[in-house]
Amino acid sequence: MTEESPHPYERFLRKDRIPHIWCEGCGNGIILNCFARALDELSIDLDKVVVVSGIGCIGRVSGYTNTDSFHTTHGRPIAFATGVKLANPELKVVVISGDGDLFAIGGNHFIHAARRNLDIQVICANNFIYGMTGGQMGPTTPINTWTPTTPYGNIEQSFNLVHLAAACGAVYVARWTTLHTRWLTESIKKALQKEGFSFIEVVSECPELFGRYNKMETGIKMMKWFKEASQVQHFSDPAKAELTPNRIVVGEFVDIEKPSYVRLRREMTERVLEKK
Amino acid sequence: MTTVSVEKTRVVRSGQRFMSGDDACAEGALSAGCRFFAGYPITPATEIAERMARRLPEIGGVYIQMEDEIASMAAVIGASYAGAKSMTATSGPGFSLMMENIGLAVMTETPCVIVNVMRGGPSTGQPTMPGQQDVMQARWGSHGDYEIIAVAPSSVQEMFDLTVEAFNLSETYRVPVFVLADEIVGHMWERVNIPEVESIKTVNRKKPTVPHNNRFEPFKPDEDFVPPMAVFGEGYHFHATGLTHDERGYPRTESAEAQTKLVQRLCNKIRKNKEKIIRVENTMLTDAEVAVVAYGIAARAALSAARKARERGIKAGLLRLVTLWPFPEEQVAEVARRVKAIVVPEMNCGQIVREVERAAKETPVIFLSKLGEEPHKPSEILDTIEGVQK
Repeated sequence: MTEESPHPYERFLRKDRIPHIWCEGCGNGIILNCFARALDELSIDLDKVVVVSGIGCIGRVSGYTNTDSFHTTHGRPIAFATGVKLANPELKVVVISGDGDLFAIGGNHFIHAARRNLDIQVICANNFIYGMTGGQMGPTTPINTWTPTTPYGNIEQSFNLVHLAAACGAVYVARWTTLHTRWLTESIKKALQKEGFSFIEVVSECPELFGRYNKMETGIKMMKWFKEASQVQHFSDPAKAELTPNRIVVGEFVDIEKPSYVRLRREMTERVLEKK
Repeated sequence: MTTVSVEKTRVVRSGQRFMSGDDACAEGALSAGCRFFAGYPITPATEIAERMARRLPEIGGVYIQMEDEIASMAAVIGASYAGAKSMTATSGPGFSLMMENIGLAVMTETPCVIVNVMRGGPSTGQPTMPGQQDVMQARWGSHGDYEIIAVAPSSVQEMFDLTVEAFNLSETYRVPVFVLADEIVGHMWERVNIPEVESIKTVNRKKPTVPHNNRFEPFKPDEDFVPPMAVFGEGYHFHATGLTHDERGYPRTESAEAQTKLVQRLCNKIRKNKEKIIRVENTMLTDAEVAVVAYGIAARAALSAARKARERGIKAGLLRLVTLWPFPEEQVAEVARRVKAIVVPEMNCGQIVREVERAAKETPVIFLSKLGEEPHKPSEILDTIEGVQK
């Protein structure tokens, strides 16, 4: 028997909350691992990190990170994070949530936080469906795929999240799959150092639901899809960043500088305080 | 909360002032220590947002106009958890949107203040007209079981005083507190006495005194049922969730014991402390044979009516409800035992009157409804009082 050695990122986890609730083959653990690795490599003070999540499978992530953390109502993590960041700009406020949470019920908050260029990082686990409730279709479900609420095939067009984020004004936008762990970690590191609103979409596998309904019933099969379909196209037009059964365009799409909301607010407050 | 130090005189504008109820509410909030406002414009509460937008930056605070009232309420909770005394102000339609996250504030025991300058509903209703139609929504609007605190100002002075009080109650009990004003109280101008800084009593949430280690229990209550509150960035690395949770803050979604313990405590911290929370005002009730029970703008006409009744030799008095929730049941019951009848004027189709009837037991309760532009006339209430005596 081999001796148990501590996990290298143990200090980033609430050990008394492990094992987590995620299914075998789920991509959420990979995302959490990349996030921990990014924090570690940047030597970020964990006392100053707040992880905020919404409702859904990935929404449970805030319960596992050994930082201050808050699990909000469905769709509201970005709005909650806005209050946190403005009340204490010294905090590093990271939203980690799902595609349904951030882009269906929470879509309005996403577009406005991006427009304001609010200094938060948003990491979206896109598994194409509502996992926690049993795999129903959502705004990212690809057309012509199957879910429990699209028994005759999905006839809705899906959101292109990186295009949306870029159009709304995000200063950093990237898309990876859970297969691209090194790229993803580097992207999270970049986002954490960026002033303003940064967005990373992580295409993630849900073999239990999306996979099972679409002939990819194991994590390995879904990973094979990611491997075969992915094409790295850095700084290509996000409007053309396809995410279909045949092709997944990944890479960094936006990396620009623009005065952030916290900076503009600080400057405004300084002007007001001087005048008085 | 990152704080900027500014002179106290810049925060509290002491002295005799002439201003609107909405403005007095904003000044009361600042005097109570509010440093964060998130809101969305809505008639007739917009002037509170406008004043906060101008005043908060002057004292190093934060005003932000959010994309809707759902976001406003979420941001208020976030700011409170980052250590700022936080508030929002709205009216009926916005209040409806806030209900989701008001439930979150209840569940995560977030100190915050929500001002509802009530207008006529349902739906878009009458934006520029007064109403008292959201009283039951304030009590029961978010799903699940909980207890809440609501106060009802009757004057511009009380828009100041009760907003201070609302912050103090929210910080004491870690619960969202409502200031249920109405369009008339919000928009009318009156003289306000803003006290000197030293004489304004403010309360800050209890802080944990235990060390920062991985055994910290953010929801472990003291004897008053209220847990001390850690905030983000202090090093506690705590977790809070809208799910049913244990004292550690961790989800306990399948435990009847955890659900019972938590939800009962959320109710009990208000119920068991209600004697400290509830405020009513008794006028001419000692020997009264007819009592008017009223709140907000309706209480002003009620007071006038009771005085006129006295001039005509009728022993009338007024029980003014300053606190609406928790309902002053014992205070109403006590008055009911001594009078022939109770008159309840409200600007709705009958809301607090149901609670009054429940507390009054055998004593007859006469309800006077009013909807639309004008509040009750003193003569209307007086006629009813005289009717009882015949």
